[in-house]
Amino acid sequence: MGFLEQLRERGTASDYQALLEHIPYARFLGITVDEVGERGVLLRLRFDPRIVGNPTLPAIHGGVIGAFLEFAAILELVRQGEGERLPKPIDLAIDYLRSAGPADAFARATITKHGRRVANVRVEAWQDSPERLVAAAHGHFLVP
Amino acid sequence: MGTRPVLDLVAADRQLLISHIPHAQAIGLRVVDARPDEAWLEVPYSESLVGNPETGVVHGGVITTLLDNAAGTAVILALEEPRSIATLDLRIDYMKPATPGRDIVGYCHCYKVTKNVAFVRGVAYHDAVDDPIATMVATFMLGANWTLPAVFARET
Repeated sequence: MGFLEQLRERGTASDYQALLEHIPYARFLGITVDEVGERGVLLRLRFDPRIVGNPTLPAIHGGVIGAFLEFAAILELVRQGEGERLPKPIDLAIDYLRSAGPADAFARATITKHGRRVANVRVEAWQDSPERLVAAAHGHFLVP
Repeated sequence: MGTRPVLDLVAADRQLLISHIPHAQAIGLRVVDARPDEAWLEVPYSESLVGNPETGVVHGGVITTLLDNAAGTAVILALEEPRSIATLDLRIDYMKPATPGRDIVGYCHCYKVTKNVAFVRGVAYHDAVDDPIATMVATFMLGANWTLPAVFARET
């Protein structure tokens, strides 16, 4: 049984956390799995001064928020997908809704359509409350 | 092509355009060139930016960060007077994976500035702009908050 298949079989937060720990860029940004439940994978981006893009506000770098949203989409696609390869992003359109302050951020993805080759995904990120989004995105991914 | 106050401010050291940005420093971003309306930034290859450990290819988020930062820099280089900026939206299309071990250039052109909004196109590549790793379009709000880019704030 392959790594991703095993992950889906067991499906606990720590299994998904183990996957992120294999990915150097996820470790570098400080992205961890908070929860895996009925509503999917909930990711956390730990605040660190190194991820700041605007030091005056201060605010987290827009590119880091984009990367975080992409990770949330990929992990949810792994959870609901098949096969042993990671999905590949085709495009991502990000709306920046308010600046992300010096605090942890959270993200969760919803798969709008899971086709044979392409999946459509929506992702949302927030800090203090899921009612107050800092960013939202939709994108397309090639699924293995 | 008019002169821009920011180009005089950074004439001696173009890195001043991004040296105040902690995350740009964390991933080793470097300004390769800066002209009115246009910016070229480079991200050096690093193991810590890898998104797929089996192939060594950097994560798409690194390309997003490179292009977001290059786009913001292009807007700053397009403004006739200092104003704060904030990314409103950014769309990125991934054309091919970056080659493991190689640096990536992000080129952005701010092709229109209106009273409130700046419009930017960009591309990420290794060797040639017509062989893209990714392309991007983005819009920025002008005067969205009360923080000026540091190169402008320094003057006052």
